[in-house]
Amino acid sequence: MTMRSAMTLSRSIGFADLVGARTRTRPLTDSVSAKIEVRNFSFFYGDFKAINRVSMDIPANRVTAIIGPSGCGKSTLLRAINRMHDATHGARAEGEMRFDGVNVYDPVVDSVLLRRRVGMVFQRPNPFQLTIFDNVAYGLRVNGLRDKKLIAQKVEVSLKRAALWDEVKDRLFKSLGTALSGGQQQRLCIARAIASDPEVILMDEPCSALDPIASLKIEDLIDDLRNQFTIVIVTHNMQQAARVSDVTAFMLMNRSTRAGELIELGHTDKMFTAPSDQRTEDYISGQFG
Amino acid sequence: MNTPKNYRWRKFVDQVMRGSTVVATGCAVIPLIAIIGYVLTLGASALSVQFFSDVYQPPNMAQAATDGTAPAFDPNDPFAGIGVPTDGTAPVDGAAPTSDVYAGGPVGGVLHGIIGTLIITGMGLLFALPIGIFAGIYLSEYRNERYATMVRFCCDVLSGSPSIVAGVVIYILVVIRTHEFSAIAGSLALMILMIPIVTRTTEEMLKLVPESMREAARGLGAPTWYSTFTVIIPAALPGIVTGVMLAFARGAGETAPLILTVLGSNVITTNLFAPMASLPLLAYRYTESPYPGENTLAWGAAFVLMMLVLCMNILVRVATRRRAGASR
Repeated sequence: MTMRSAMTLSRSIGFADLVGARTRTRPLTDSVSAKIEVRNFSFFYGDFKAINRVSMDIPANRVTAIIGPSGCGKSTLLRAINRMHDATHGARAEGEMRFDGVNVYDPVVDSVLLRRRVGMVFQRPNPFQLTIFDNVAYGLRVNGLRDKKLIAQKVEVSLKRAALWDEVKDRLFKSLGTALSGGQQQRLCIARAIASDPEVILMDEPCSALDPIASLKIEDLIDDLRNQFTIVIVTHNMQQAARVSDVTAFMLMNRSTRAGELIELGHTDKMFTAPSDQRTEDYISGQFG
Repeated sequence: MNTPKNYRWRKFVDQVMRGSTVVATGCAVIPLIAIIGYVLTLGASALSVQFFSDVYQPPNMAQAATDGTAPAFDPNDPFAGIGVPTDGTAPVDGAAPTSDVYAGGPVGGVLHGIIGTLIITGMGLLFALPIGIFAGIYLSEYRNERYATMVRFCCDVLSGSPSIVAGVVIYILVVIRTHEFSAIAGSLALMILMIPIVTRTTEEMLKLVPESMREAARGLGAPTWYSTFTVIIPAALPGIVTGVMLAFARGAGETAPLILTVLGSNVITTNLFAPMASLPLLAYRYTESPYPGENTLAWGAAFVLMMLVLCMNILVRVATRRRAGASR
């Protein structure tokens, strides 16, 4: 599917939003409209079913944490949101993953355009072997921004938002992104992800390769960003989920089918104090996984 | 402290093993050092200003010139140096060997060979680079497994096959059809030899770039071609350049395919569609020569060839290191 045909098709279907020009509407009120609606979503690697019929709403401008033991499919679900699996041989999805009402697995949706609106931060910091400035400017340039002043301005704003500006402002063009410390690299990756103004930021265990102090800085950062972005974070660390998220989803691997299933979804406070499912309680209280 | 029963034996075995690896390494290095030493000592003695600034001098004409019996060699005279003086005097073929040509002193230079090698190899590299690098990108970034395995196999066979094969192929496809030995034919033959080297090193170096880089770029909405050229290739550049240098060195040293394609020349030519001189060809011809002076030139040519490859290597490495490691 070429970009052009995707764009013309989308007009007729009526979701130019995801395929063509961007129109942003981010409610600043305390509404809890769903940014992403997952409906009966299953995901396969070849014959292996990794996720079985997950349905959940991810609220706009909130932090949603996905927790669960290893192998429960939480990373798979996260990556399915911006179709990071496209390059994986034999990966396919069933059901719907609706982003602003549009199923992202609809053939007319261009994955490249989708990812420009859904940023991603990975488990291990993965800055490019470019200067700090070029790292942050990368997404802007991918989007076709050529205005040097505007790029410089956006890079500065993003680095400030990522709480990295003061540490790197003197060597933006001198140091490579890979020369920073692990925690700085991860904040650089966050700055890179937010530079092109995505609406959703997916974080795949963003702190698992960092020391506790660097992790805390990332958590503070997530807290600062929560009102401007819809954040989905996968984490192994339950305290972290409890600290940063508004909504928590608990996933578990079904023993017999080995597919990941959604067990419980709810407000974080309630999930961690009075879960309604026994399995959630077992996991949270450390009796499991 | 108790020593284990076979402690001394184990220690002994360890020393024997270590000793044999050291000896084997030495054996491997000896031929290399011998070659370099030989070329350095014998080749350096051939060096002079004339060696770099002059072209081929026919021995008998050079001798005649030193004797004062004939005019100096005229490169524009098509019959110069083949024993048929154009002024109608008797041939100098049977002249007595008195000049230092016969005593081993070098005559003339190899400037035409240096220029020819640079042109032929450079052009071959120019042809091979885009093909090899793009093929390497395909194999690493876009591959379709069945097709990629086939291409990879062909590359390995090609890079292992004798270079004369490339010469024969170009001889049949180009030289016979154009009825002319030419520099361009030589470049094409060298291209065939360089492509597999450039392709495979590019592929291997790109594969060394961690998958997380590709994911990061993909996550930012970058299409594959964009991330390949902005992130993946820059990260792999030093390795790719090494591959290109290997290809250049291989091409610069090839003799067999050039015999069948560029033939060789005694004068400086820049006509790509005519025979041209080249250093390995000069080394080959001069080694066969009955004149000791020309044998010396062969060593000189070999020496210059080695230095040429070495200097290119160092230059490119310094250049890429400065770019790649902005400040690490």
